[in-house]
Formats: sequence, structure tokens, C-alpha cells
Amino acid sequence: MLDVVEEVELPDNSLSLKYVREVFFVTLNAGKTLLENGAETYRVEDTMERIAKHYGVENVQVFVATTVIILSMNDYGLSQQIRILTRNNNLEKVVNINELSRQIINGMSIADAKEAVNRISETRVFPLWLVVLFGGIAASMFLMMFNGSVKDLPITIFAGALGVLVTEWIQRYTKIKFFTEILAAFLIALFAVLYVRFGYGVNVDTIIIASVMPLVPGVPITNALRELIRGHFLAGSMKGIEAGLTAIAIGAGVGTVFLII
Amino acid sequence: MVFIVQFILSFFASFSFGIIFNIPRRHLVSSGITGAFGWVMFYLLSHIIGIDDLIANFVAAITMTSTAIFFTKRLQAPLIVFVTCGLIPLVPGGKAYEAVRAVVENNYLESLETGFQAALISLSIAMGIIITEMIYELFKNIKKRITEI
Repeated sequence: MLDVVEEVELPDNSLSLKYVREVFFVTLNAGKTLLENGAETYRVEDTMERIAKHYGVENVQVFVATTVIILSMNDYGLSQQIRILTRNNNLEKVVNINELSRQIINGMSIADAKEAVNRISETRVFPLWLVVLFGGIAASMFLMMFNGSVKDLPITIFAGALGVLVTEWIQRYTKIKFFTEILAAFLIALFAVLYVRFGYGVNVDTIIIASVMPLVPGVPITNALRELIRGHFLAGSMKGIEAGLTAIAIGAGVGTVFLII
Repeated sequence: MVFIVQFILSFFASFSFGIIFNIPRRHLVSSGITGAFGWVMFYLLSHIIGIDDLIANFVAAITMTSTAIFFTKRLQAPLIVFVTCGLIPLVPGGKAYEAVRAVVENNYLESLETGFQAALISLSIAMGIIITEMIYELFKNIKKRITEI
């Protein structure tokens, strides 16, 4: 790391502007795909810098926070910032971009890389019904890990799946995460309480804990702390606030049910 | 016997989260194993030996991250894939729930206590992950330095 900003000499213009623009947008799109799908900011910065450097573009500056990427290639006067509006966990794309960056280092041409980035950003994800089904299965596993009763199993599977369905499905129409999370937690708690009230269930607490587990922001909180400790204070505090809001939403949803019933 | 049951349960819990987080199919099983190792370690320390939850979670997070690092090296995938699914069984959802429940029952002191515990447990899990990650990176850099010389 240099202590002073070095005076930038005029580029020798050995790279054509068209080529540099291609590199610029490949780098930008790789970073965008990584950040939108749940990679850590330091990984995004690292990957983008590595791709640009490999294609021979020097003096590249990248700044990544949770909601923005700023990339500039100072020798060529190229600079752009993009807003990142949607963030979800889609780790397959992260893995694929990671593999792509390794292939680029091993000598992939810019044209191939351009095509690969576009292909990766359109990677198919697991269908909604499968995700919902496994939300239910995850909840049932947690029920048994917390020593829940077998009698509570059906409602846990149902409520866990319902929670994932509400967050994943309504998310597509509202964009307001806070609202969908309150609704999901509310419905989970409502069904659990009613199930026990009508005499089918045993322990309402374990049912709710287990079914709400797919929504609990354990991963975002840990990631926020990891970012903070690495010195990415902006990204870390943004993610921390996001995770805190999710926790408040779940608490409010569950709490409301207890207050009204 | 109880360990095998817990192993299977936490394996499928992490595996299911692998699908919710859309990780590649070929890494699903290894993510499940990562989560299962972490949880079995926690179960051993907390439920069998009876160590304090904070330390048990910390050690479990270290175990889990070490497994994740093993898979990272083996399968050439980013660490975040395995850590994301692996830490799921450790998340203190129960404690957080108790805190909410206490608020609803106008039991604010108890809610503060359990809420604080939940926060500390997440902190200790994060610390476990970060410390293991840092030691691994340090080790890797030193190794690189030595081979360069």
C-alpha cells in the first residue's frame, strides 16, 4: 500500500479505448452480480480489481458498499457508479463468478468473459416450490433439534413453508422487506397459536422458534460483524441495520399475535 | 446414538438452507456436513459437558469454520458458501424468541437479559468464524512468503 497518491502518467495508449470499455463493463457486471447475490464487499472489491489488472488496465479504483459500486479506470477517464437495489442470497452466482475470475486469470479472452458474465447473471435458480418445501423441512429439523414433540411436526412444516413462501413470493411485488417479514412472522405465530389452542399441538414456543428460523437474520448479522472487523465500516453498519430491522420485524410480527390472542 | 441423530438433523437443516440460499447442487452435501459438525460440537459442549453457551458457541463456530475451510480448499469454492449454511444451526433463534416473548408479557428486565444473551452469542459465533478465517489467511500468507524465498 502506498502512502501517497502517485502522480498518474499519461497512459501509453497501447490499449484501444474500445478494449478498455469492454474490460470496464465486464468488471462492473461481475461486481454487480457478486454484490446483488450476497458476496462480501471485500470479495467484490478484490475480484473486480483482479479482473481489471489481469486485462492490463492499471490504476483502477473500486469502492463497494452494500448499496453502491463505484468503479473508475483513471488512466482512461472511465468512471461509473451503480446503485444496487435488490440484494438476496443466491450463492450459486457467487460461486460461478468466482470460478470465472479464476478462469480469467488463467487466460480467458475478453470476448469470452463478456459472454460468461452475461450467462452467469441469468443462471437459473431453484424453483420457488422447492425452496418453499425445504423451508418446511428446515423448520421441522429445527423442531427436532430443540426437542420438540412429534405432534407438532405437521404445523411446523406448514408454518415454516408458509413463512418462506410469504417472504419469497410477496417480496416480488412489494420490494419492502420489512413488511413481508412482519406478515410472515405474524402468520407463522398465528397458525402456531391456533393449532395449540385447538388442542392439536403441545408446545407453542418450539413451534414458533422452529418455523421462524428460516427468516431469522443469523447470517446477515454474522456477515455484518465480519465486514466491520475487516474495516469495511460502511458496508458493515448498513448490513447490521438491515439485519436489525429484520429482527425487529419478526419480533413485531410474533409479538402482535400474542398481544391480540 | 444421540450424536448420530443430532448429526443427521443438523445436516438436513443446513442442507435445506443450502437450497433456500441457492447454493450450487454439488456443494449441498458438503455444506450440510459443515453445519452438522458445528452443531454436534455445540451439542457435545453445551448439552453433554455443560459448558457456558458463549464458549460452546465460540468453539462450535471454530469447528464449523475449520470444516468449511477444508471444503473450500478441496472444492475450490468461496468460503461464504459453506459458512453461510454451516452457521445456521448455531443461530440463537430461541433466545431471541424468549426476548420477544418477555416483552409481550411486560417482563422488560427479563427481555433485556435474554436479548443481550442472544446478541452476545451471535457475537461469539462471529468471532469464532473471523478468528479462524484470519488464522487461516495468516498461515496462507506465511506459507506463500516462505515458498517465495
